[in-house]
Amino acid sequence: MQRHSPARTLARLGATVSSLAITLFGLVLVTFFIGRVIPIDPVLTILGDHARPELVERMRIELGLDKPLPVQFWIYLTHLFRGDLGRSVMTSNLVVDDIKLYFPATVELGTTAMIFATLIGIPLGVLSAVRRNSRLDQFVRVFSIVGHSIPIPVLGLISLLVFYAWLGWAPGTGRVGVAYVGMTPTVTGFLTVDALIAGDADVFWDALSHLMLPAAVLAYFSMAYISRMTRAFMIDALAGEYVITARAKGLSPARVIWRHAFGNIAVRLATVLALTYAGLLEGAVVTEMIFSWPGIGQYLTVSLLNADMNAVIGATLLVGFVYMVLNLLADVAYRVLDPRV
Amino acid sequence: MLVEISGLNISFPTPHGMHAAVRDVSMTLGTEKLGIVGESGSGKSLTARALLRLLPPAAVTRADTLRFDGIDVLSASEKQMGMIRGRRAGLILQDPKYSLNPIMTAGDQIAEAWRNRRKGSRRQAKEAAIDLLAQVQIRDPRRVADSYPHELSGGMGQRVMIAMMLAPDPELLIADEPTSALDASVQAEILKLMEDLVSRRNMGLMLISHDLPLVGHFCDRVAVMYAGRVVEELAAGELGQARHPYTRALLDCMPSLTHPRPRLPVMARDPAWLT
Repeated sequence: MQRHSPARTLARLGATVSSLAITLFGLVLVTFFIGRVIPIDPVLTILGDHARPELVERMRIELGLDKPLPVQFWIYLTHLFRGDLGRSVMTSNLVVDDIKLYFPATVELGTTAMIFATLIGIPLGVLSAVRRNSRLDQFVRVFSIVGHSIPIPVLGLISLLVFYAWLGWAPGTGRVGVAYVGMTPTVTGFLTVDALIAGDADVFWDALSHLMLPAAVLAYFSMAYISRMTRAFMIDALAGEYVITARAKGLSPARVIWRHAFGNIAVRLATVLALTYAGLLEGAVVTEMIFSWPGIGQYLTVSLLNADMNAVIGATLLVGFVYMVLNLLADVAYRVLDPRV
Repeated sequence: MLVEISGLNISFPTPHGMHAAVRDVSMTLGTEKLGIVGESGSGKSLTARALLRLLPPAAVTRADTLRFDGIDVLSASEKQMGMIRGRRAGLILQDPKYSLNPIMTAGDQIAEAWRNRRKGSRRQAKEAAIDLLAQVQIRDPRRVADSYPHELSGGMGQRVMIAMMLAPDPELLIADEPTSALDASVQAEILKLMEDLVSRRNMGLMLISHDLPLVGHFCDRVAVMYAGRVVEELAAGELGQARHPYTRALLDCMPSLTHPRPRLPVMARDPAWLT
């Protein structure tokens, strides 16, 4: 049965892309104007409070701040289209280059955390739902409530205390030991991957061991959420009549659970996973701070505290863009997995 | 005997102690059509599901005898149950909108049932599914096989359900209100279809319904259930001579074309029926 004609698919794609563009434009607009109306003078942040007036005036013209706001916005937009997000005052690099430096660190951390969270969270949630009210279920529920209730700073600091200070199993903070900094050429920006490409086992193991603790902290938090949602969805699905049908057909329990019940929740779960992953890629600010992880969350926070508006707007746009793309992917997954849509 | 049930009790824990939903039910079924009638909550569905051990986990089942073709269902291993369910006994539920898996095509669901019993390639299973769809008198079986349940009407969905349960050539078909969710005209077609298939394949049929005249027409024997008990069991042709006051009251509540009455009576329930 023909469910999607090519014309309809194309129209849908067009609608999605244009809504994406409009949202992104709104994001630029809001961030830009908030950046301009805050009572911090970017010129004075650069030059200091006691700069000479003519110097201040020259800087103001150089930064384009003498022009009316709409004109400034237009200039910003045209630059944006060329892929130019301006220069960061704080790092004096192009914001684009900064992002290329910081964002891969966040992606590396977030993706590792997400893989752990998914691989542990989903089976735990399914098992918990299948053996509802069993001891295992009670344990999983408590385990995930704890994971979702402990504030990340507490969890992060405790984990550092236990695994770094007491047990000495984990290395300290940062992405890699001081001795290995800058040892491998940057290809992907993911230190573990770059080390593998360079064939440098020492750097790889060191980077991996630095990655594990912050990833575990983030994974615990996300896993708690994923397993709770999986459990709730599965309990709902297992009560479905089609599950009785599947059992009456004489299918094995594994097939009933995974093919029939889980197959029906996969759609909803995809949305949960996409949003969780988006949350991780926004830059887990607190985790990055605690573990001195040079990611986008840390970059954004430090820029914000220094009123480095080009950096703030650039990083915000990136985060917003990532969020939208993941939402879009969840939407696509919905269409692929659910024949009713 | 295909089915032997005696002294079947099913109860559920509630905050006020155990609630007995099925009490001391006994019945037998061979290669015949047995109708079970009763109102909602009378225990007819539970009785049928207990036979396939498909009750909710909270249910507590006790029975003197609960056998399918000599196999003790209560003590059977999960593996033995797997040999009964879907191979020797099929179950058709009320509303295909809910009882078919919404994310699998009709053909895949039938093929899955077929492959569970017979070993064969994916393609063979698909062809078998299309063949089964033709057997339940679907005019365009190839198109229906590729359709998802939401693309099918209720009558079509129920035909798919029947095809799926007939795929492994079972000896017993349990149909739990198979036509209650369908239009009256489609109901007749589906019943006719089930009747044909059951008699041609020489199967036993357990038809659960709340529709007394329908069951009377369609079945060989009728068991009337009320509040978890079988209150009366009789040959379908003898429904007119039913003795239990509940059955009599049910029959009395039916409107008649030949002897219309200005007002239908409302059943007066006697608490004595409960004991």
